[in-house]
Amino acid sequence: MTRIQQGAFSLSPDLTDAQIKKQIEYCSKNKFAIAIEYTDDPHPRNCYWEMWGLPLFDLPDASAILYELNEARKAYPNQYIKLNAFNSTRGVESTALSFIVQRPAFEPGFYLNRQEGKGRNIIYTIQSYAVQSATEGSRY
Amino acid sequence: MSDASERSRIKSERYESGVIPYKKMGYWDPDYTIKESDVLCLFRLTPQPGVDPVEAAAAVAGESSTATWTVVWTDLLTACDVYRAKAYFVEEVPNSSTEFFAFIAYDCDLFEEGSISNLTASIIGNVFGFKAVKALRLEDMRLPFAYLKTFIGPAAGVIVERERLDVFGRPLLGATVKPKLGLSGKNYGRVVYEGLKGGLDFLKDDENINSQPFMRWRERYLYVMEGINRAAAKTGAVKGSYLNVTAATMEDMYERAEFARELGSVIIMIDLVIGYTAIQSMCIWGRKNDTIVHLHRAGHSTYTRQKSHGINFRVICKWMRMSGVDHIHAGTVVGKLEGDPKAVKGFYDTLLLTKLKEDRTTGIYFDMDWASLRKCLPVASGGIHCGQMHQLTELLGEDVVLQFGGGTIGHPDGIQAGATANRVALESMILAKNEGRNYIKEGPQILKEASKECRPLQTALDLWKSITFEYASTDTMDYEATPTRSAS
Repeated sequence: MTRIQQGAFSLSPDLTDAQIKKQIEYCSKNKFAIAIEYTDDPHPRNCYWEMWGLPLFDLPDASAILYELNEARKAYPNQYIKLNAFNSTRGVESTALSFIVQRPAFEPGFYLNRQEGKGRNIIYTIQSYAVQSATEGSRY
Repeated sequence: MSDASERSRIKSERYESGVIPYKKMGYWDPDYTIKESDVLCLFRLTPQPGVDPVEAAAAVAGESSTATWTVVWTDLLTACDVYRAKAYFVEEVPNSSTEFFAFIAYDCDLFEEGSISNLTASIIGNVFGFKAVKALRLEDMRLPFAYLKTFIGPAAGVIVERERLDVFGRPLLGATVKPKLGLSGKNYGRVVYEGLKGGLDFLKDDENINSQPFMRWRERYLYVMEGINRAAAKTGAVKGSYLNVTAATMEDMYERAEFARELGSVIIMIDLVIGYTAIQSMCIWGRKNDTIVHLHRAGHSTYTRQKSHGINFRVICKWMRMSGVDHIHAGTVVGKLEGDPKAVKGFYDTLLLTKLKEDRTTGIYFDMDWASLRKCLPVASGGIHCGQMHQLTELLGEDVVLQFGGGTIGHPDGIQAGATANRVALESMILAKNEGRNYIKEGPQILKEASKECRPLQTALDLWKSITFEYASTDTMDYEATPTRSAS
């Protein structure tokens, strides 16, 4: 069974809501805007997960973000959900922290397709078992 | 009647043929007003006994710009004062009666745009063998904004590399394949696969893995790519391994780099010993081919380590950020290799900040604006292990690649277990740091808690808990000396 390794804390046990809240507070303290994103296609090159609304800029407290996260969990109980924190400081202007906050109960993982190329060169393609077996939105 | 050549001799005192002190030739100017466009250098100078330090400073300025040992009339055909470097300030080094700091200003037009080779041929070309100085060290440089804009800087650097790898908010994790030499291509790829599967972002070739009889480069690249792709499919994460393209000629390096790209490698690697021109060429290649360029600082200790003579590593950091490498090895503090904590902080700041502020306690002697050249990612490698994670987090921060070679592959339960131990140790420390815990003090406790859920970490902590490298640093700071810290 697979456990995908994306995000900052994916080899640790799944974070509890109390732990998530502390990370959100860390982000707020550093003035990072937080975005909630979800997907049923966690391909390593899929850099555009669906956005749960716009990033939450200038939010007063962590519980408002946790509320949004729980709404997203209710809507997509069997998809991947992650929190992204954005740092708009000059010289960064990118994501400052990103970690998974929900995984599907079963992660089927990926199939590695090998196409024999010229000489001994192999052209590799990574495909998600879940994506292959069902249409978008009904994969888990 | 004298002949015509004697009649036309120059009569000005300054241009009388013969030898006059450098400081009287225009290479010493204590009233000099520094221009924003000047290149500034700080040298640590040990004059020969009896030599006036100001004269020695003027001699360094002279020999690294226009002067030769004697007066030449052809100077008068040029706007020679512009081209003369000016020593403008000399001071005693704290706690030393034989060493002096000499500040020298160079006009920007002395240097070719975008060429580290030209810059260094002037600044470190001849003067280091100059008889009048017993020893000489280039401590720091201020590169002006205008000159920096003629360099490409890192194509990816910290920010873009993180976006490509999809890793944010924690240090990247790597390991060097060990043993350094002797593995066949197939066995080598196994180490790559196991390490990446266990949770590392990168494996890497060592500096001296090129194309030896036991494993030719194509064999290595093909098996490493199999390991990377297997691991990416297994973990759903972007993975890489630095493919060292260092070779005898540029043609060979380009051939190896092209093959690496053709196979889909996200990163290539070069060694510092290939030289400044080759480094700049490979960085341009990397930029054109969407490939991150990792630089191993092989050979640097031959000239950076001794305090009285050579080049301080912070200057190499500046040249390499200008050249455009995305990664550079910059020290671990706690590991097996030289590294005073304050000095290493200075290297990391030099690589990562957008503007430098003078801070003599970390060896930064000039204010310098990096002119939007991207941040170069420091790499910490050499004798570090997961039991030091709290110290590494404190000393090196988040923007670093932590490379545990022996600390991954030497794990009693195998490479995957070693990788997982490091990754879990790192995650636990970043979680604790973000939570606002006093992770420096509670570090060992945090690791112990994490190891309850992670058997490989528990094993690693038990094995390496007492490994330290407690030696005093050779290259210490002048304004605050501290011994190398290590795990306790």
